[in-house]
Amino acid sequence: MIRILFKVNRFFLIMVIFGAGVAAQRTGLIDYFFDPFEYPIFIKLLGQHLYLVGCSMAIATVTGLSVGILLTRPRFKRYAGVGMYIVSLGQTVPSLAVIALAMSFLGIGARSAILALSLYSILPIARNTLAGIVAVPPALIDAARGMGMPPGRLLLEVELPNAMKVIITGFRVALIINIGTAALAFLIGAGGLGDLIFSGISLMQTDKLLAGAIPVTLMALIGDFLCELLGLWLIPQGLRLEKQ
Amino acid sequence: MSTFDFIINNYRQVIYLIGEHVWIVSLALALATLIGVPLGMVITRHKALAARVINAANILMTIPSIALFGLMLPVLSLVGHGLGKVPAVTALVLYSQLPIIRNTYTAIQNVPPAVVDAGKGMGMSRWELLREVQIPISIPVILAGLRTAAVMSIGIAAIAAYIGAGGLGVLIQQGIDRVHQEMILSGALLVSVLALVVDGGMALIERLVTPRGIKIQQPRPK
Repeated sequence: MIRILFKVNRFFLIMVIFGAGVAAQRTGLIDYFFDPFEYPIFIKLLGQHLYLVGCSMAIATVTGLSVGILLTRPRFKRYAGVGMYIVSLGQTVPSLAVIALAMSFLGIGARSAILALSLYSILPIARNTLAGIVAVPPALIDAARGMGMPPGRLLLEVELPNAMKVIITGFRVALIINIGTAALAFLIGAGGLGDLIFSGISLMQTDKLLAGAIPVTLMALIGDFLCELLGLWLIPQGLRLEKQ
Repeated sequence: MSTFDFIINNYRQVIYLIGEHVWIVSLALALATLIGVPLGMVITRHKALAARVINAANILMTIPSIALFGLMLPVLSLVGHGLGKVPAVTALVLYSQLPIIRNTYTAIQNVPPAVVDAGKGMGMSRWELLREVQIPISIPVILAGLRTAAVMSIGIAAIAAYIGAGGLGVLIQQGIDRVHQEMILSGALLVSVLALVVDGGMALIERLVTPRGIKIQQPRPK
């Protein structure tokens, strides 16, 4: 039974893609993308969305990594537990609440959206950096110390490469949450593809709605895929082989 | 302080909205458990299927919530439920699948084979083995999955206010539209507090439901 299901899998996939094409035509999505007046607007919103995600992820990656690394240094190690607790508390705060809070403190616009997005994305990155570095086998660190490595080289050549897999998982989670939350940034006047989704819902205009929802979904899926590639690039080969 | 004044002055509406929020999330969680836990148990028997099911749930999780509402709207409009609580609950059930299935799967996988063998040796049938050995041992991990799903669902349910599902998101939505700071703050505050309370409550349930024999040998998950 299950074997048969796997066999018809490919056929089923083709039928789904065909059905999606028919649905796109029937809802007017294809016409929408070829409309000379709507097309530039879509490109502009897409650009805004990428700008929001890019800026906030850049800030969040730098801050998250440095917070995570700082909390594992001997001097700040005793704050690691407290830091972890604050981070996990922060993650239970819903994304819409973070966006709304940023607006009520900083007003509307792209600036407050970027701040909210980067604050929200720091959490998974910092947590995973911390967890990854803590989980590095102490024997490796001892060996590196025994070879006379200074702390800086120890961090760059032993701790970070060993923790890279966990750090990239955190980056991936942050990126996906960020792309989804950036769609909400429209609500505080920062634009982005959320514009099309929310206007589409309000106007019950299916083509507009899908023109926003499908690219956001694709963006998240592509981001997920790119993170996997990033893993192939950044994780040292020796560590990859060991995991399998 | 004026935020608290807002909550106290509008306590009827606030209580109603909290009730609505809890109702959406608990209905979705109940449905998701009914689908996800049996599915997670079934796929422990078929390894090839397990990878695919978990992969599919992973892809579902990747879809941004507001985009999922948007994608479901035209489909559910065909049966006349494009807006409102139906798409909200559907989306929450879909999102909850990943934590629930993954935790059920790993929990059942990680039951020590020696214990399962002992059960088999006692002449237990497959069903008895599942009910008396595998489920009690894996229940803390399954509940941890439910807890993750619950906290996540509370956050997504707040966004569902934009498709007319009600709940505490209404305060945030209306507050943003009216630039009413106290309203936004009280909405954001109440949603966050609700998430924290549910997180704590589920942790307590986890501790209560865990069979006493297991609690001794295994360190309690945080």
